[in-house]
Amino acid sequence: MSERPTYTLTGDTGTWEVVLGLEVHAQVSSNAKLFSGASTQFGSEPNQNVSLVDAAMPGMLPVINKFCVEQAVRTGLGLNAQINKTSRFDRKNYFYPDLPQGYQISQFEHPIVGEGEIEVDVEPSHGDPAYAFSVRIERLHLEQDAGKSIHDMDPTATYVDLNRSGVALMEIVSKPDIRSPLEAASYVKKLKSIVVALGTCDGDMEKGNLRADVNVSICKPGAYEKFRETGDFGHLGTRCEIKNMNSFRFIQAAIEYEARRQIEIVEGGGSVDQETRLYDPDKGETRSMRSKEDAHDYRYFPDPDLLPLEIDDAFIEGIRVNLPELPDQKRTRFETDYGLSRYDAGVLTADAESADFYETVAKGRDPKLAANWVTQELFGYLNKAELELTESPVSAEQLGGLIDLISGDVISGKIAKDVFQRMIDGEGDPADIVEKHGLKQVTDTGAIESIVDEVIAANPDQAAAVKEKPKSMGWFVGQVMKASGGKANPQAVNKILREKLGL
Amino acid sequence: MSELTTLSLTTAMQGLEKGDFSAVELTQAFVDTIEASNGALNAYVVQTPEQALSMAADSDARRKSGQAGRLDGAPIGVKDLYCTKGVRTTACSNILGEFTPTYESTVTQNLWDAGAVMLGKLNMDEFAMGSSNETSRFGPPSNPWRRGGSNAALTAGGSSGGSATAVAADLCLAATASDTGGSIRQPAAFTGTVGIKPTYGRASRWGMVAFASSLDQAGPIAKSVTDAALLTEIMCSHDDKDSTSLNVETPDWVSEVEKGVKGMKIGVPKEYRVDGMPQEIEDLWQQGIDWLKAMGAEIVDVSLPHTKYALPAYYIVAPAEASSNLARYDGMRYGAREDGDGLIGTYEGTRGEGFGAEVQRRLMIGTYVLSSGYYDAYYLRAQKVRTRILQDFQIVFQDVDALLTPTCPSAAFAYGEKTDDPVQMYLNDIFTVTANLAGLPGISVPAGVDNDGLPLGLQVIGKALDEAACFRVAGAIENAAGFAAKPEKWW
Repeated sequence: MSERPTYTLTGDTGTWEVVLGLEVHAQVSSNAKLFSGASTQFGSEPNQNVSLVDAAMPGMLPVINKFCVEQAVRTGLGLNAQINKTSRFDRKNYFYPDLPQGYQISQFEHPIVGEGEIEVDVEPSHGDPAYAFSVRIERLHLEQDAGKSIHDMDPTATYVDLNRSGVALMEIVSKPDIRSPLEAASYVKKLKSIVVALGTCDGDMEKGNLRADVNVSICKPGAYEKFRETGDFGHLGTRCEIKNMNSFRFIQAAIEYEARRQIEIVEGGGSVDQETRLYDPDKGETRSMRSKEDAHDYRYFPDPDLLPLEIDDAFIEGIRVNLPELPDQKRTRFETDYGLSRYDAGVLTADAESADFYETVAKGRDPKLAANWVTQELFGYLNKAELELTESPVSAEQLGGLIDLISGDVISGKIAKDVFQRMIDGEGDPADIVEKHGLKQVTDTGAIESIVDEVIAANPDQAAAVKEKPKSMGWFVGQVMKASGGKANPQAVNKILREKLGL
Repeated sequence: MSELTTLSLTTAMQGLEKGDFSAVELTQAFVDTIEASNGALNAYVVQTPEQALSMAADSDARRKSGQAGRLDGAPIGVKDLYCTKGVRTTACSNILGEFTPTYESTVTQNLWDAGAVMLGKLNMDEFAMGSSNETSRFGPPSNPWRRGGSNAALTAGGSSGGSATAVAADLCLAATASDTGGSIRQPAAFTGTVGIKPTYGRASRWGMVAFASSLDQAGPIAKSVTDAALLTEIMCSHDDKDSTSLNVETPDWVSEVEKGVKGMKIGVPKEYRVDGMPQEIEDLWQQGIDWLKAMGAEIVDVSLPHTKYALPAYYIVAPAEASSNLARYDGMRYGAREDGDGLIGTYEGTRGEGFGAEVQRRLMIGTYVLSSGYYDAYYLRAQKVRTRILQDFQIVFQDVDALLTPTCPSAAFAYGEKTDDPVQMYLNDIFTVTANLAGLPGISVPAGVDNDGLPLGLQVIGKALDEAACFRVAGAIENAAGFAAKPEKWW
């Protein structure tokens, strides 16, 4: 694994670095809301999934959904984090029509999950090789989602849909350990892979059930290291928080825009105002949402309708022993059991579907060959075609069959690529394709010998020259392969050519 | 049949059981009395005579088929704080407009499940904020009691002034009430009735319009200690819908009332002897001590050193919680709405018009004490005081079984007497807020009258979950006092 590169931006006065901390809101996978029995079904008619509690009717009281607590603990364990046996719910008070209670029940001082740490893999990008880095998790807490305000249904009125009101969210807060837009996106990807593997969040960013707020600040080279040594935020620039982004692409674009905006301000002699900003994907820019002065005074205080949340060791252990294999564990297993590189293992374990697909392909076959075919050929194709693995035209069994043909010397790797293309085109099982198109490899040495003889006879000058320059034998290999329609076994061709040319 | 309305709950239940009268007859008597008297007394803000008579008819049918519950056929009044399905519930605030719940509070459901009959909704201070019921959107009820030789109208106390008035004036057999800082006990003391606030968590808060969640507790106002014990037994229950509801059995309290105090140790806290307390109240307190002693209790002087901080702590914690609890009244989903300029204008219009002055005052105080930079100095400190107050009680209760104090520092006062000075009004809660802050049961029992002939109450505070001791001591005082005075009917 390669060294972690330093991401820099160049301004008029020199080089700048960025420092990023993320708050990810992950909607808890649960049939019922955090404090009411109402359904969390996505896509229901507006205001269908609203209980008396969600609508904050007079005299209604919250009752914690134990399953959501389990999900938070499960996630905490997946983040290698401290589980707090006592936590507390606080009220965050502010007025808005999509917040019926006039407060959000959240965990302010005493979250259910404390500090943790995860390894994040960064894919190769712009010539930089793949690398990994670790992000410290500061906390995870449970809180209620708000409803949805709909401003464009009527020119003079705002409509409110409370279906989401009271749905459980996990807010996962990182320390400022993230140092580039790509790292930020990679971190969110990693979180997503963990919560999806755990079954604690569906991770569907388009539906908004995984959203990120990014705190962005800039600093000069060396300042971040001083901050890490001392813990003094004074070494870092003033941060702005970009709210509510639900795509990896937006996260990266927003951070890059925001960092450049801050550099421009500072280099122009100004100072960055601490504020909350929104990213506008259409314009590709961030704009101010509210400044620190306008910030709400949330008047946090412990919710007197709820007792402190107490959980015991048995509860935590009961969850721990039933944890599924996490992406990191799976990757380590793939590295050890299949002898894969860390990078390939990481790609294949990024989600359960990929890992399951690979394991089906690799079963009883050369694991490295299987990994190459899955990651290079199949994923390469799917990426280009913008298809999900679940929409793949090639099944794991079919791809395994293709590998069997290669390993059994029935076809060469080169022919295999043609066969694969035909599989994508829907021609069916690889063996049938090979049969139908007569693509079987020629391993009969007699047949190859006669082709070699013909080629040498037809090219006497080259045959003479190759004795002086043995490296140019490749030209003869190409000629022979061509003459065989690509079906000759390349090892046999090499061997026979060497003998006949006297090399 | 107006004499039926003067029965106690217990004797009325006996009459129904024996078939001396039917639930319909009993209910009709109350319906008639309410119709005749409520104009002058203003105890009910909603009357439900048709529902009452229909429930009574059902009750008679149940009794006939041998399926009568413990309160079957008993006409009860309900404080307007309890959400009642299909019956307007406003906590006597304009902001709730004509709000009519689609659900029934757990406490009232318990009553109906036991066969009780609902007569209507009772007056109260707006959102239970007040000690004289003068902050109600419907105007205050009139205390049936008046000073000897005077026609001056007196308050029935608050916030459960309607409940106390209705019970004292025989407009119901008994009533539900609620107590956040004394709102059951003080009106009971002002009207010669019995009122108990059970241990916090005994009765469900589900469906009760919230004032201050950590202090609010349901309880009854009734004509006798036995009646109060019976009603409390029915009202209390464990409720999964209220996270602060205690998962404990509700014991038989009715049988405690006549057990006597022989061998009990009763503490008398010196800190409740406050400056400026009328001599008559001092004398009544001493009288109570003497009675208990005579009946075989041991009296112990005790100290609750943090008592003086209770009232200020209460007036931080309660408004703080209220400022958040009442945020839901924003005109968006139910209740009254005053459209203004944009969202903020509508909020301001709705809440400015919808909330009365006292509620606004407390929302401002509550918002202030929770605001950033002041939280530690006020709210957090008040919570620490609260812990100390609880510790004071715990220490004392290692030695004594119950505490005896006056319920209030004065008898019923006149309208307007304290409305100009909120602090004077708040001081009325001085002996009652401690039980709320500590979550302890407290009962007020009428023990005598002052020189003007107005009733005065004594308060018994028990250990957590030891309502039994409260009922025993209150029962003993009731017997000794033989309090039989009734207000002279002027209405």
